[in-house]
Amino acid sequence: MTELTELTIAGALDGLDKGDFTAVDLTRAHLDAMQAAGSLNAFITETPDRALDMARNADARRARGEVEPLGGIPLAIKDLFCTEGVLTTAASHILDGFVPRYESTVSANLWRDGAVLLGKANLDEFAMGSSTTTSYYGPAVNPWVSSERPNAKLVAGGSSGGSAAAVSGRLALGATGTDTGGSIRQPASFCGIVGMKPTYGRCSRWGIVAFASSLDQAGPMTRTVRDAAILLRSMAGFDPKDSTSVNRPVPDLPAALTGDIRGMRIGIPKEYRADGMPDEIETLWQQGIAWIRDAGAEPVEISLPHTKYALPTYYIVAPAEASSNLARYDGVRYGLRVPGDSIQELYENTRAAGFGQEVKRRVLIGTYVLSAGYYDAYYLKAQQLRTLIARDFDAAFEKVDALLAPTAPNAAFPIGEKEDDPVAMYLNDVFTVPASLAGLPAISVPSGLSADGLPLGLQVIGRPFDEETVLRVADVVETAAAFPARP
Amino acid sequence: MALDKATVARIARLARIKLPDADQEAMTGDLSRILGFVEQLSEVPTEGVPPMSSVAQQGLRRRPDTVADGRIPEKVLGNAPASTGGFYTVPKVVE
Repeated sequence: MTELTELTIAGALDGLDKGDFTAVDLTRAHLDAMQAAGSLNAFITETPDRALDMARNADARRARGEVEPLGGIPLAIKDLFCTEGVLTTAASHILDGFVPRYESTVSANLWRDGAVLLGKANLDEFAMGSSTTTSYYGPAVNPWVSSERPNAKLVAGGSSGGSAAAVSGRLALGATGTDTGGSIRQPASFCGIVGMKPTYGRCSRWGIVAFASSLDQAGPMTRTVRDAAILLRSMAGFDPKDSTSVNRPVPDLPAALTGDIRGMRIGIPKEYRADGMPDEIETLWQQGIAWIRDAGAEPVEISLPHTKYALPTYYIVAPAEASSNLARYDGVRYGLRVPGDSIQELYENTRAAGFGQEVKRRVLIGTYVLSAGYYDAYYLKAQQLRTLIARDFDAAFEKVDALLAPTAPNAAFPIGEKEDDPVAMYLNDVFTVPASLAGLPAISVPSGLSADGLPLGLQVIGRPFDEETVLRVADVVETAAAFPARP
Repeated sequence: MALDKATVARIARLARIKLPDADQEAMTGDLSRILGFVEQLSEVPTEGVPPMSSVAQQGLRRRPDTVADGRIPEKVLGNAPASTGGFYTVPKVVE
C-alpha cells in the first residue's frame, strides 16, 4: 500500500471508498508525520484529539452509507480562520488566548463535507508578509533545500507559509490559505504545490481575521490541480453573512479538468518581467508557452500597461484597509491587554506590545494615507490606479480566455534575507498583486526547478468567476510539466 | 517623500500605538522608504478616472431588520481580558 501521506485527496477518497484504509488510519499517519516534522514549524496549534474524533465520526458516517465530498480527509487550516473552541492567533501576540465561539464559514463548509482538522497552520502576522517570518510563533520552514546552500533554512513564502509547508512536507493532504496580494500563490510556488485564489466573492470572508477586506479571499492549497478543484468546491458558496459573498452556484469544478484547451487563446502579458529576474524564470515561462501551444491553444502576446503600478497601488490600498480593520485590537474585547493609567494608554500599550514590526509599519502607513491632507494624494490616487489596472484586464479578456505568467520573480530564499528593507520583501508579490486588485481567479502550478533545485510556479489568471477555465488550463500545464513533486 | 519624526509620532498617536523615542528613528526610515516607493503613482495621469473601492459588482444586499441572534452575553464576553456583570471593563473614563 502506498504510504498514506503520499496520497492525493482524490486518491485518498478513492482508497476510503474501497475500504483500503480508514479515516482514522489516514489521520493517524498525518499526525505522526506532523510529530516528526516539528522543525518545519508549519503549525501554531495541533489538534490531534479533535482530529481523531472527527476521523472516527467520518468512518462511522461512511459505514452508514453516507457519501461526503471530503469524508475523512485531514486538512491544515491557516490560523487566520476562526475555529470554534480552538485557539486562533493570526500569528499575532495581540490575539493571545483567543478561542473563537464561532466557526468561519469556509471551515464550517469543510466540516459539513466531512473533512478533518489536523491543526492551525502558521502564517505571517495578520497575513502581512511574503515569507512567514513575521509570525509571532517563528518562521515556517520550507521542506525544500537548495542544492547550493544545503544548510540554509529557506522561507516557505507567505503569508500562507505554514499551509504550504504542511502540504509540501506531507503533513496534510491539503490546506486552506488566504490571498490578499499573493499569499496563497507565492508560498505555493516556493514550496512546489498548487495554490488557488478564487474570484473575490467566491468564498465567504465571514470568520476569517480581516486584513484588507476588499482583497482578502480564501482558497485551496494542494498537491494537484484536481485536489484544488475538489477542495474549492467545498470551500466556496454563497454566504449571507458576508456582504461581498456572491450568490451564484458553484460549478462542478473537478469536471472542468477535461485536458482539452484546443482553440483557447492564452494571453502572455509582456509586462510580467521584473528587474533582475533570473533567466530561469523567463525560460520556464517560455516552456509553459510551448506546453499550451502543444496542447492546441494559441498563445497571444498582450499588454497590461499599468502592471508596474500594481504593487505601489497595493501598498496603499491594503495598509489603508488594514489600519481600519486592526483598530479592533484594543485590549478590551479579546486577546492581549497591557494595562495603562487611562484607556488611551491601555490602547497604546496593548497595541505597542501586541503588534510586530511589519504590522505596525502597515497600520502606520495606512493611517497616514487616510489622514487629512494626504487622502487624495495617496488613497484616492491608488483607488484610481486600481480602476486602470482592472481595465487592463478587462481589455485583455476581450481577446483571450486566460493569462499565463510566472507566479513569483524568484524561488525561495534563506530565512533572514530581505528583512532589512520592507520594499525588497514586497517585490515578491509583483506578479500576484495585479490579479488581487482586479479580484480575478488565479492559480499557481509547480512547473519546474531552479538551477539549485527549488520549485518555481507558473500562474494562470482568468476572467471573474471563470475558475473552470483557470483549472482546465492549469491541469494541462501540470500534466506537461510532470513536476517532480517531492522536496 | 521623507517623513520626519514628529509626523511619525503624530501618526502613531492617531493609530493608538505607543512608539518610544528610541524606535522613532528606525520607523521613520522604514515608512519614508515605503512612501518613496508608492509615490511613483503620481506620474500616472488619473483625472476623471473613477476610484475603485471594491471589485464586487453589486450593491450591498439588504435583509429584514429583525433580530437574528442574541442573548449570548457569555459568548460575547468569553474572550474579554476583563469583564464584570455582563460588561467589558476598562480604566475609569469619567471622573
